[in-house]
Amino acid sequence: MSTTALPSYEDATARYEPVIGLETHVELGTNTKMFCGCPTEFGAEPNTQVCPVCLALPGALPVANRQGIEATIRIGLALNCDIASWCRMARKNYFYPDMPKNFQTSQYDEPLCTDGYVDVEIDGETVRIGIERVHLEEDTGKTLHVGGATGRIHGATESLVDYNRAGIPLVEIVTKPVPGIGAKAPEVARAYVTELRDIIRSLGVSDVRMEQGSLRCDVNTSLNKPGEEWGTRTETKNVNSLRSVERAVRSEIIRQAGILDDGGKIVQETRHFQEDTGDTRPGRSKETATDYRYFPEPDLVPIAPDPAWVAELKAALPERPSAKRARLREEWGISELDMQSVANAGAVELIEETIAAGASPAGARKWWMGELARRANETGVELAEVGATPAQVAQLQALVDDGKLNDKLARTVLEGVVAGEGDPAQVMAARGLEVVSDTGALQTAVDEAIAANPDIAAKIRDGKVAAAGALVGAVMKTTRGQADAKTVRDLILARLS
Amino acid sequence: MSDVTRMTAAQIAGLIAAGETSAVEVATAHLDRIDAVDDRVHAFLHVDREGALAAAADVDARRGRGEELGPLAGVPVAVKDIIATKGVPTTAASKILEGWKPPYDATLVERLRAAGTVMLGKTNMDEFAMGSSTEYSAYGPTNNPWDLGRIPGGSGGGSAASLAAYEAPLAIGTDTGGSIRQPGAVTGTVGAKPTYGGTSRYGLIAFSSSLDTPGPCARTVEDAALLHAVIAGHDVRDSTSIPQPVPDVVGAARLGATGDLSGVKLGLVKEFAGEGAEPGVIAAFRESVEALVKLGAEVVEISCPHFEYALPAYYLIAPSEASSNLARFDGVRYGLRAGDDGKRSLEEVMSLTRDEGFGPEVKRRIILGTYALSSGYYDAYYGQAQKVRTLITRDFTSAFEKVDVLIAPTTPFVAFPFGSRTSDPYQMYLADLYTIPTNLYGGPAISVPCGLSEGLPVGFQIMAPTMADDRMYRVAAALESAVGTLTPPEL
Repeated sequence: MSTTALPSYEDATARYEPVIGLETHVELGTNTKMFCGCPTEFGAEPNTQVCPVCLALPGALPVANRQGIEATIRIGLALNCDIASWCRMARKNYFYPDMPKNFQTSQYDEPLCTDGYVDVEIDGETVRIGIERVHLEEDTGKTLHVGGATGRIHGATESLVDYNRAGIPLVEIVTKPVPGIGAKAPEVARAYVTELRDIIRSLGVSDVRMEQGSLRCDVNTSLNKPGEEWGTRTETKNVNSLRSVERAVRSEIIRQAGILDDGGKIVQETRHFQEDTGDTRPGRSKETATDYRYFPEPDLVPIAPDPAWVAELKAALPERPSAKRARLREEWGISELDMQSVANAGAVELIEETIAAGASPAGARKWWMGELARRANETGVELAEVGATPAQVAQLQALVDDGKLNDKLARTVLEGVVAGEGDPAQVMAARGLEVVSDTGALQTAVDEAIAANPDIAAKIRDGKVAAAGALVGAVMKTTRGQADAKTVRDLILARLS
Repeated sequence: MSDVTRMTAAQIAGLIAAGETSAVEVATAHLDRIDAVDDRVHAFLHVDREGALAAAADVDARRGRGEELGPLAGVPVAVKDIIATKGVPTTAASKILEGWKPPYDATLVERLRAAGTVMLGKTNMDEFAMGSSTEYSAYGPTNNPWDLGRIPGGSGGGSAASLAAYEAPLAIGTDTGGSIRQPGAVTGTVGAKPTYGGTSRYGLIAFSSSLDTPGPCARTVEDAALLHAVIAGHDVRDSTSIPQPVPDVVGAARLGATGDLSGVKLGLVKEFAGEGAEPGVIAAFRESVEALVKLGAEVVEISCPHFEYALPAYYLIAPSEASSNLARFDGVRYGLRAGDDGKRSLEEVMSLTRDEGFGPEVKRRIILGTYALSSGYYDAYYGQAQKVRTLITRDFTSAFEKVDVLIAPTTPFVAFPFGSRTSDPYQMYLADLYTIPTNLYGGPAISVPCGLSEGLPVGFQIMAPTMADDRMYRVAAALESAVGTLTPPEL
């Protein structure tokens, strides 16, 4: 281990040029597994979503899920790929207990989709990421090591395997190497995964949730001196959030630069990103990697998508998320930065639907990016699952616009909506939260407040209008917040002038 | 009434249908026969007396209620132990699966049950169907009823011997390189390998996925055709299953039995009709060809120049696929687990399990296949073998432009004594020299008895184009009508 201090990121990228590459796995949201009829629901009791096929019982055979093939082709088309007119699945042979057959049904030299690209915007500049291939494969089960302190295999007394996930369709998306992006490499990596996530989400083929593992990312990084050949790359796994993608590339650039500065050599290896420290640690060395002995899967017939069907799928692709964002940004009249945070929060469609349900762009955005985003963040759920629908948010905003709710009351109503008490109007009625707009009732409250606070009333009469705030507060208190503060203030000033 | 165990399946079905005997009586007679002779033959690894009698009683009850039953209702059948049978031990004759009871039925077993056949039990075989003599069964070999000191062929020696020993009138085999036909030949019984994809592989423990084909074994051609018709047909659970109607094999067998082959053109495979085979085998084969000519068939010699490469190509493709197919036997989910003392690593346990669970021939082929698929060797071995496979397929398709079927002996030699070929794997592999080309092509082929050589049965092989299984049944039945069936000596 070198004792030299690691270079700063700025120094590292001044001396070396990074080349990155990304391999992304997307778990498809098909109803059933890729090669059998088992359900794919997340979070079921261990080993309840299994059958002879996905447990690899002797004699069982796979049958390909058409939905999975279709989703892969749609992803390929959305990434501007060529779709193979004929290709085969292949067996990737290696022993691992969470892989029931001890081979993974995957694709090797005949991927379903090849040679595409994705454009991402970095500081107003377009960077084109080449897509090498998009192929279809199956997921493995999950191994749980119990009895040890770390949850890892070392020190564990028992290993348990859950095969519920085994056989769920996975799509692997591999980029071409991305050179020439210099210090922006971490940003480019993050922007690419974000764009990929948005594209796949827009296709409706996966929920692409990194924290649940339905979108998984491996990042390849290498460094070279300007003008020299590309360096040896490392592969970083366990990169489980968009932020981690950026951090992983950054820390790997610094680490490799430190080694190169010392005259050392980069070892081609798999490394694991450490969420807590933000650095990468070595995993399995590629030099001892298994020979996977790929060969065409003889239990499945070749996949030969009808060109007319592929053309149909292509014609039916949804609007590209980046194009859609540009259009909506225009329509909503917001800045690029605001739009980016809307997209990052997964709120584009929600806001769009809320506007469609009658809300103003500003009103819709205020609720989704404010109160609801905060709640989603707190409870750790996706915004779409926070408990309010676009229609409900639109109704809430309408009640505010009509003066029936003030901002504070509206937030309380929203709380009720999220708690499942019904639509905003119902919650408002049931909780009795409507703004008191009956001036007669308010006038009484105002008069009572003036009578109870003669000193303050005197100050106001003397022209110290600012003192009215205290009386407003008193009125609000007696009306349990249901009065419109501005109306109250007007009434007070009218009475005392 | 005469002994039902000596009857054909067609006769037994007829008697049951006519109410002259019951399925339970028929099952009992066969189970008793197994009790009487199987200690000497060892055709069965597991006899399911209870299940058989229950199935037979069900057939009788259904017949009693006047339900319409299939043409083989009540007829006993023995099933090769490589086929999954729900709740009935299925081991593929391997220690690694000792005691394993599948939670599901193979498609063909479902079809056998639906047809009202009565499964007697599971038959012996070479471990994972790798062998030509049953000497590689982990549970000891099956003895040939013609001579208990000789092999019954393999891998499906148990199925063939159960027929020759009159323990069952019908049996199911699987044919990857000749495992139905060669045992049929050396036991004097009929064995048919259907078109690949014509019978479902779902529930057949995979040896070589692109070659494995389940098929019928019987003592007569008509019986084989009847069984073929029950098990064949498209299965959505097997992607390689052919979604086409099953050829009328029963009709073809009955047509052939009339003894008229006029207008039928037979192609005698030049490469398989001369050297390499025992003189007695060639003689019996030649005589049978003459007999077919007398029935009106036209015989032409056809050269299939690539057939000589079939054996090496097969011994790259089949072990390659096997090395991958057999990877699932690791002791994690089912079957044997060795060395799990709480201290050894998972890898060590997997390794010990496989070392203890697999026999020598299985290990040999796993190693062979692992090597052939290794990076750097793939093109030279597996890739090259696939090219040879294409050339062999072309030999077949161009031959079938000229003739209706191809004919050859089934195997170069009659049943050999135990131990005579186990020391040199290649000598064992030669048993499948004439049967392997068909597997690489994927077409159907049948072996039918055609006489004796030094008192032991010789098999005559008829190969047909894919999905023209009916053609081979017609010619086979015609030959059977001319040369008759063979009767083994009393046990």
